[in-house]
Amino acid sequence: MTKGMVAPMSVMKRVTMIFRAKANKALDKMEDPRETLDYSYETQLQLLQKVRRGVADVATSRKRVELQMNQLQLSSNKLDKQARDALSAGREDLAREALSRKSGVQGQLADLQTQYASLQSEEEKLTSAAERLQLKVYAFRTKKETIKATYTAAEAQTRINEAFTGISEEMGDVGMAIQRAEDKTAQMQARAGAIDELMASGALDDVVSGPHDDIQAELDRMGAGHDVDSELARMKAELGQGSAPRQLGGPAGAADGQQAPAPAQAARPAEAGDPE
Amino acid sequence: MIVRILGEGQLDVDDSAADELNGLDATLEAAVERHDEAGYAAALDALLARVRSIGTPVDAAVIAPSALILPQADLTMAEFRKLLADEGLIHG
Repeated sequence: MTKGMVAPMSVMKRVTMIFRAKANKALDKMEDPRETLDYSYETQLQLLQKVRRGVADVATSRKRVELQMNQLQLSSNKLDKQARDALSAGREDLAREALSRKSGVQGQLADLQTQYASLQSEEEKLTSAAERLQLKVYAFRTKKETIKATYTAAEAQTRINEAFTGISEEMGDVGMAIQRAEDKTAQMQARAGAIDELMASGALDDVVSGPHDDIQAELDRMGAGHDVDSELARMKAELGQGSAPRQLGGPAGAADGQQAPAPAQAARPAEAGDPE
Repeated sequence: MIVRILGEGQLDVDDSAADELNGLDATLEAAVERHDEAGYAAALDALLARVRSIGTPVDAAVIAPSALILPQADLTMAEFRKLLADEGLIHG
């Protein structure tokens, strides 16, 4: 069977040898064949538990990302509406600010969508790995009892070796799948945490951001006291005080989370019209 | 012979395919040797696609060692190197 399988440094061969070596090493540690079977079965059950927990962990992480995506989408919709409202009120500067934030939110959203797809794929892989291992573990249990009951010591050793090597390979495969899923989940958790922090800080416009939402505050204020504002602005112009109100405190680069002071031109008086 | 694709399971492949698979494997190895990530991904894809197309899935309840074990489709070259470095893979 190994005839012709002698390509030096072959990828297939190297991977195969790694798995085989580990199984043999574990096998060598066992003195009593029965002990080998029972011990292996115990480890299989533990691994089965572990892979099921892994599936649950990935699912939890995926759901968290899903919630964040929904939140970011709502946030993006809201900023879009604010931009329209600002534009129809003649405040192009406010509209520009809203759209700039929306673009940051969209960037985060696109990133999350990629991560979400990756988590979904890990979840599917782990789920089918768990199913395969489950079937193998059931089969192993039966085989273990048959070998114990039926075979002579010499025969048993051969069959035990085969069963052990076969199941070890499956376990190595599943173990690797769990490891990869854990790595991806950990990366995802870190990103999700960072986005939660951005939302909490107000740098990333949160859909429920009452106190942080300076754009909305500005729009509301314009709606409530538009006449007063324009009157005030007209008076200031007459008196030669061009100083702008400073309510707009949001950073321009909303997505990178910097809390830099607002540039002065972000809060021009309404009659300034064209912000360029 | 039984061939395992990591993450996918085992397939029964006719022994006569050995030479062809070795050829695909050599292409893969060459890409690894020259640190060619794109070439590596393409060669791995080709090797796995061939095995999937000529192999028949082994019943999941069968416990048998594989003659060959192939990396999973999305294993990056960096991960492959890590695998070769032999980091705690098998539990028991």
